[in-house]
Amino acid sequence: MSTVVGVVVFPGTNCEMDAVEAVNGLGGTGRLLWHGDDDLSGVDAVIVPGGFAHGDYLRPGAIARFSPAMAAVARFAVDGGPVLGICNGFQVLTEAGLLPGALQKNRGLKFLCRPTTVRVETTESSLTGSAVAGAELSIPINHFEGNYTCDMSTLQQLRDEDRIVLRYVGNPNGSIDDIAGICNEARNVVGLMPHPERACSELLGSTDGEVLIRSLLAAAA
Amino acid sequence: MQFSVLVDIRLRDGISDPAGATIERALPVLGYEGIGGVTVGKTIRFTIEAADVGAAREAAAELTESFLTNPVIEDAELTVEALVAEASPEPGT
Repeated sequence: MSTVVGVVVFPGTNCEMDAVEAVNGLGGTGRLLWHGDDDLSGVDAVIVPGGFAHGDYLRPGAIARFSPAMAAVARFAVDGGPVLGICNGFQVLTEAGLLPGALQKNRGLKFLCRPTTVRVETTESSLTGSAVAGAELSIPINHFEGNYTCDMSTLQQLRDEDRIVLRYVGNPNGSIDDIAGICNEARNVVGLMPHPERACSELLGSTDGEVLIRSLLAAAA
Repeated sequence: MQFSVLVDIRLRDGISDPAGATIERALPVLGYEGIGGVTVGKTIRFTIEAADVGAAREAAAELTESFLTNPVIEDAELTVEALVAEASPEPGT
């Protein structure tokens, strides 16, 4: 039985098929989950993908966190299930309180859509278990509100607990401490702004995202 | 009683405000001098049913903190007013 990864779809989500494609290409089974359903049975891991859930109205992720699927995702996370939030999915996870901090508008005035280099800072997370610490990966970003921020005590806690999973090499958006991705205390919930699912094919210019998606599949198995 | 609520939401100090920065940068080009500190926020208006103005403010503040704003990046100021100007006198006074 291959590992089933549920991919949550909100109105306005637009990266769900990229996620399913990446999972399927690495031997898993991607399964779309409508945000109005709260049934995660049979799912081994969850991806909250990128896009503009509920049009990003009010704030990115602010309305999405009230969807029935998110209550189920929160229970799944508490039970130790691997949960990955990519881009808008990261914003949803912070709004839902599953990850600390918030994503503010990019430093500078631009929507950024380009490859970035990120460094693996820890292999102790559901996203990096199969990666090598210190490895630099080419993964694209595609966001306007990807500038991670948090108060200083939260930042200190993230550092002390080794919860900064990925850092940018050449900070593109002003994120505090070059943060590209973080995890929760239990290390099973990870959020990141770059799109590893879009770096799983030579055709797309990089396969560096594969090790991250493979790590998620391994964490789910 | 019905009350009108205006929630004035601003980005906290130090939070990136590209819209405000862009407007401020454009002002001298348009001939407006001496204007600074431009920030762009948002306002949300709604009505609320409550026993008195204190209860209305309390309910609106809870809603603002839990949903309408993200306290990590935003601050808000509330203005709460009785919807009908000649409201009946407050009970118990």
